[in-house]
Amino acid sequence: MTVYNEIKVTFPSKSCNEAMARMIAAAAAAQLDPSAAELIDIKTAVSEAVTNCIVHAYRDRIGKIEMTCRILEDNVLYIKIKDKGCGIADVKQAMEPLFTTAPQEERAGLGFAVMESFMDSVRVTSSVGRGTTVTMTKKITERALYLTRASANAEAPDLNTAGVTADGEADDEKYT
Amino acid sequence: MGISVKEDEGRVTALLSGEIDHHNAPLLRAEIDNALERLRPEELVLDFGEVSFMDSSGIGLVIGRCKLMKDIGGRVMINNTSTSIKKVMKLAGLDMLTTIC
Repeated sequence: MTVYNEIKVTFPSKSCNEAMARMIAAAAAAQLDPSAAELIDIKTAVSEAVTNCIVHAYRDRIGKIEMTCRILEDNVLYIKIKDKGCGIADVKQAMEPLFTTAPQEERAGLGFAVMESFMDSVRVTSSVGRGTTVTMTKKITERALYLTRASANAEAPDLNTAGVTADGEADDEKYT
Repeated sequence: MGISVKEDEGRVTALLSGEIDHHNAPLLRAEIDNALERLRPEELVLDFGEVSFMDSSGIGLVIGRCKLMKDIGGRVMINNTSTSIKKVMKLAGLDMLTTIC
């Protein structure tokens, strides 16, 4: 899977950073010239994933959230949001609509349902006590031959040698 | 994010603006609930005309206000929703709980 561009940011699990994460993801997606509706879909999904880290993963403390945005071939945006929080014991149950462990906070329990509805694919891996990783992709409707076909092609080999697997997952050690 | 609350003969209208997420939903909730507890209106109008972004935290905000209005014998109207906000609301089934315009 060719990676044309990538940005990785790490930020503390403070709620004021939800908007910042949305804006960074939107800036990364902008390279694919998304429509306004596609951009809002991406921002909404990122907001849900980051909020989950803040509300659930790091419920009683501030921890680090790592967000990676990649531009893949075929106009696909890849977003990975990773925490090292409490983890999820039953991912299948957590992904059911209306399931929440924080009803007292007026949480709707729709975070994963929104992500699945607004993105093309959502994958969740988690380990209790070690953290959770949410990986999402969305194919952006091609409206202009922009980054993926022209200027970015020359830069692609650098990232391709960094251990990117077929589903866009990269070898983290080569980026740290 | 901002809110302006108007009162008019049994109706409270909350004019919401900006982005609604988990960070700022509690501030909106406090402002609205303060007016509801003080005035106990028959109708709460949540106006999303100036809201540029909303995630599921906004759904929690609306559902919570619907419960509160039900407790005091009133109803909730949701006005001026954009296509994207309507999409989140319909995903949550809010269109079955209240009127969305």
